[in-house]
Amino acid sequence: MNAGSCNGCDIELVASLTPRYDVEQLGILVQGSPRHADILCITGPVTHNTQKPIQTVYRQVCDPKVVVAIGSCPASTNAFVGSPMVDGPLNRHIPVDVFVPGCPPRPDAIIEGIAKAAQIVAEKRREAASAEGTLASQEQAQ
Amino acid sequence: MNVTPALIRLLFFPGLLFAVPAAWLFLWVERKSVALMQQRIGPPFMQPCFDFVKLMGKSTPPRQGVNGLLMRSWPILAVASSIGALALLPVFVHSGGFAGDLILFLGLLEMPAFFVIAAGYTSRSLFAEVGSVREAILSVSYSVVFITAVLAIALSQHSFRLQDLAEVPLSVLRVLGVVAILICIPAKLHINPFSLPNAEQEIYAGPMTEYAGPELAIWEISHGLEWVTMTGLVACLVLPRTGFWFVDALLFVTIALGIVLLLSGVAAATARLTIDAATRFYGRCALVLAVLVVSSFVFMRSGL
Repeated sequence: MNAGSCNGCDIELVASLTPRYDVEQLGILVQGSPRHADILCITGPVTHNTQKPIQTVYRQVCDPKVVVAIGSCPASTNAFVGSPMVDGPLNRHIPVDVFVPGCPPRPDAIIEGIAKAAQIVAEKRREAASAEGTLASQEQAQ
Repeated sequence: MNVTPALIRLLFFPGLLFAVPAAWLFLWVERKSVALMQQRIGPPFMQPCFDFVKLMGKSTPPRQGVNGLLMRSWPILAVASSIGALALLPVFVHSGGFAGDLILFLGLLEMPAFFVIAAGYTSRSLFAEVGSVREAILSVSYSVVFITAVLAIALSQHSFRLQDLAEVPLSVLRVLGVVAILICIPAKLHINPFSLPNAEQEIYAGPMTEYAGPELAIWEISHGLEWVTMTGLVACLVLPRTGFWFVDALLFVTIALGIVLLLSGVAAATARLTIDAATRFYGRCALVLAVLVVSSFVFMRSGL
């Protein structure tokens, strides 16, 4: 999702889908609907106009979910620091799990960040399953 | 049809136990072959199965102003109708069936499209409704050609029994019928050039936009089962019968896989048509093919 990005990181993100990098070999697909997604990739320093859409889209992604901040802008607002139009960094609005630094980061770095995010999704799922198991055993004991 | 063979066909072969792994295999073959044609590596072998397991473990979002029971029912009904249609396929010689099972088969085959349309409207998403409209228009367009082709082959045999349909001797009529069915399959499976209802990057995921978690997983299975049913239908029409059940089953799977590869090639080589171009295609070009099938049937009956 573009949160006021200059489009540089978005182009690098698209480059990771091309035959040169082929992100699908890791089983990763681009999904149009946030309902189908596990990992939310956000680029840009978060402008005032994009604050609410970010939170809406974040809520639309079903649990377990992971947020990947792509580029230096969502991490630190980068070159836009102090701008009256910018309300970043991203972790002021939603929890961020993986930061991929760079202006823009290379597709290799983006793919590594998404692969780490996939591991975090798996861990979160295991934690949720074990929490459910504990809850069920407690209910049985009662 | 007796209860025991019917249950075996429904639950084992070509039903649930065969169809679900076959659906994952066909979905993988489609994705992998498209990737190879685009000089990519493509997804790992188990990816469709992993996707299913992952989606089953996800939560379902809270929905306001939407009938949750209906939303949950549509994918289950779609899977049930696809499995029902698949169980009727005459893979083996003398595999049973009953008089008029072709009518039931055609009805069950059309049901998933209806459930997709209903699911889009139930979810009340703008993108889903646009997808549903496209699906409705497209299904009306291709169904004319599809049903005409199947009925022409059936009428030449004077039977509405699938078993008799599969035993039609090789003729111009059968070839034309199979070609007409093959032309309809991309529209039925929502692949290029007729990927209009679920047009990615255009209307997000069409009627599936609001679906998530286990419900989406069941929709994925339903889509995979449609692949198996449609390719299986063509495989049954061109399958040479040997009389040995394992050879017939192996040939059935091999021919179906060959059709998956053919359709993947078409999908990779073409771009998405607009809705008016798609309806025009089925209205003009494919209807001509259907007319040829009917006239071929008339010539065959008159002995010319």
